[in-house]
Amino acid sequence: MLQRYGLAVLSHLLLVAAWHFFVVLGNVPKFVMPSPYDTVRALLVPNYRWVENVSVTAVEIFGGYFLAVIAGIGIALLFSWFRTLEMLAMPLLVSLNIIPKVALGPLIIVWFSYGIKPNMMMAFAICFFPIVLTTARGLREVEPDLLDLVRTLKGSRWQIFTKIQLPGALPYIFAGMKVAAILAVAGAIVGEFLGSDRGLGYLMLQVQVTLDTAAMFMAVILITLIGMVLYGMVLGLERLLVVRDARIQ
Amino acid sequence: MSEPFIHLAGVKKVYRTGGTDFLAVSEVTFDVEAGELVALVGPSGCGKTTLLKILAGLHSYEAGEVRIGSPAQPFDPSRDIGMVFQQPLLLKWRRVIDNVLLPAEILGLPMAESRERVRDLLQLVGLKDSEHKFPYELSGGMQQRAAIARALVHDPKLILMDEPFGALDALTREKMNLELLRIWQKAGKTIVFVTHGITEAVFLGTRVIVLTAGPARMADNFRVELPHPRTLDIKTSEQFGEYSRRIYRLLGMA
Repeated sequence: MLQRYGLAVLSHLLLVAAWHFFVVLGNVPKFVMPSPYDTVRALLVPNYRWVENVSVTAVEIFGGYFLAVIAGIGIALLFSWFRTLEMLAMPLLVSLNIIPKVALGPLIIVWFSYGIKPNMMMAFAICFFPIVLTTARGLREVEPDLLDLVRTLKGSRWQIFTKIQLPGALPYIFAGMKVAAILAVAGAIVGEFLGSDRGLGYLMLQVQVTLDTAAMFMAVILITLIGMVLYGMVLGLERLLVVRDARIQ
Repeated sequence: MSEPFIHLAGVKKVYRTGGTDFLAVSEVTFDVEAGELVALVGPSGCGKTTLLKILAGLHSYEAGEVRIGSPAQPFDPSRDIGMVFQQPLLLKWRRVIDNVLLPAEILGLPMAESRERVRDLLQLVGLKDSEHKFPYELSGGMQQRAAIARALVHDPKLILMDEPFGALDALTREKMNLELLRIWQKAGKTIVFVTHGITEAVFLGTRVIVLTAGPARMADNFRVELPHPRTLDIKTSEQFGEYSRRIYRLLGMA
């Protein structure tokens, strides 16, 4: 266990070390690639308002993601309860899923203007589908023999749902949520690129003009860290829920 | 003789798939006394699983009569059936004890008593030390023991088993056959056991029903007069061989 974590930390540190030596030994100009040290120093520029920008981007990512999880699981549940609704809406969702969500950006700006909300919408739009699709799939995967067993006991649909279907679907739900966590980060940043006045994506566009590559690096690192926090929370929740499911009678 | 626990007469079932009829079960007539272990044996497509599902009340049938229960042994179809399938079908997220409790939960039986009962049952099926393990921590044979305990937890009068040892390796299967006989004698249940194993049918059954395929119909129904408790060496006895040959002949294999 300790060895596994140790090696994971080691590989990250090795990457930073390689980056450092590449820049220093290769005399790479700072505007092409800053050293790790220069990158961290970019945090000291008060003008960049790191705390505010990180908060804005994080709110967009977490907000959009949270909405997508609620809506995605909710719609998949409706599908499993009403078969006709699923047959009606699922093909439509599959078609809509093929729309490149990025292409909706200009429209979203027309509809919702600049700011946190439209970027949240973008994060939502991009990570909603995988959650619906995997949850619906998971709810469908019930062993027919197990259903027979419950039927011989005259179990209700609600009992089948709570005792077998939903806990059985949890691994699928989490699979969708993990994919969606990564997509949500991309969605929020794309939204900020397309139109915003705050956030790390916005900051990147600003410092691009002044060729402050160190600040751009820092922004990318912070975006990644936000994504890691979200992903880590989902992983943690998954572990917690599997254990809890195992404990309830 | 008093009224039998299970009475089937002229049972027939037809599946309709895409306009064509497929005869799944026909000419099935037999009685089962309470406490018997009946083996339904036959090749794939002979309708043995369909017949089991008819007994479970999961399938309808076109003709014939199916009656379970007698004045001496009243039968409540919603709580007097326990089922065991080829796969253990344990819920992966539940510990053994909670898996075994599932039928009691569905029926809304008192939990404290049911938990006590689960402990006794796990002892009976030889899983006393595994009650807090998860299914993945158990071997295939142990998972199937848990599935048997689950079929017994609500104290049903009839246990329906659909090739329960079909997915196990040969040695484990022999062992589970002995275990099943032991459990059956202790629990005193009526068991209907579906198998395609001819020697398994003779070894386990107090009665063997032979079903043939193409067209699906009942070909034989006889009592197995081998003494109990049975041990593996009766498989080498003359009598055992005769019963087996009788089935092989009916299935056109001898």
